[in-house]
Amino acid sequence: MNISSILFYAISALILGAGILAVTSVKIFRAAIWLLFSLVGIAALYFWMQVEFIAAIQIVVYVGGIVVLIIFSIFLTQNSGKEMNSPALSKKIFSALAALFGTAFVHNLIVHYEGFAFNSAKPFNPNVAEIGTQMLSTTSHGFILPFEVVSMLLLAAMVGCIVIAMRPAISTSESNTLNNKD
Amino acid sequence: MQEIPLSQILFVSTALFFIGMYGLFTRRNLITMLMSIELMLNSVNINFVAFNKYLFPDNLDGLFFTLFIITIAAAEAAVAIAIIINLYRSHHSIDVEDATEMKY
Repeated sequence: MNISSILFYAISALILGAGILAVTSVKIFRAAIWLLFSLVGIAALYFWMQVEFIAAIQIVVYVGGIVVLIIFSIFLTQNSGKEMNSPALSKKIFSALAALFGTAFVHNLIVHYEGFAFNSAKPFNPNVAEIGTQMLSTTSHGFILPFEVVSMLLLAAMVGCIVIAMRPAISTSESNTLNNKD
Repeated sequence: MQEIPLSQILFVSTALFFIGMYGLFTRRNLITMLMSIELMLNSVNINFVAFNKYLFPDNLDGLFFTLFIITIAAAEAAVAIAIIINLYRSHHSIDVEDATEMKY
């Protein structure tokens, strides 16, 4: 057991422990912070797998973006120090049983599957230049079409967010009275 | 590095997926359900990167799938939080049991 495997087990323990606390914590703000730790652990796992670009994206988008958004929405909608209602005990037990059964089932499948053919003739070296070239290339292994489609999706999501969260428009008579008051 | 087989990384992502599923089943608050969904999406990302690194090291397709999943997850979280804030404005609660207008 060398230092690399010890690191892997430590990172896995961080991910799973923080994940369990994120879904079981009774205070919603603590759940968000545990989710943050779990996402940082996943970024560490990407660093361990030597895909530094994905790890950086994970930290920038998830830790810097989504968790901050979630924390803001908690502050806007919740009394964040209050404890949430605990679900019924039977629901907890059956959900835990379902999750345990699913984990055991899939783990059983993975352990008994022998078809993972290791194909390590070429070292895995995903540098950013290669990722960028392939993402914008128009040849058969390029990803220019999904790149453009996802940019349209982001634009649509941005406009949709603004429209959904916008305060309902004041009707014209009210706005007229407001103008007259000014 | 090679001492950790692929199956152990797959086990971590499986466990993370079912942790997220447990949260989705037990939580009744929309924000915590969204957090569980984020955990499940992240476990899928770990799978893509691990398969790409261990089985197909001469391609980068798994990395691109991970990038696009992260992008779509960001868009999904933003839209979901806009909907949650709008629901809170009209119902003064974001518990899923309280939003029952379209139930029957």
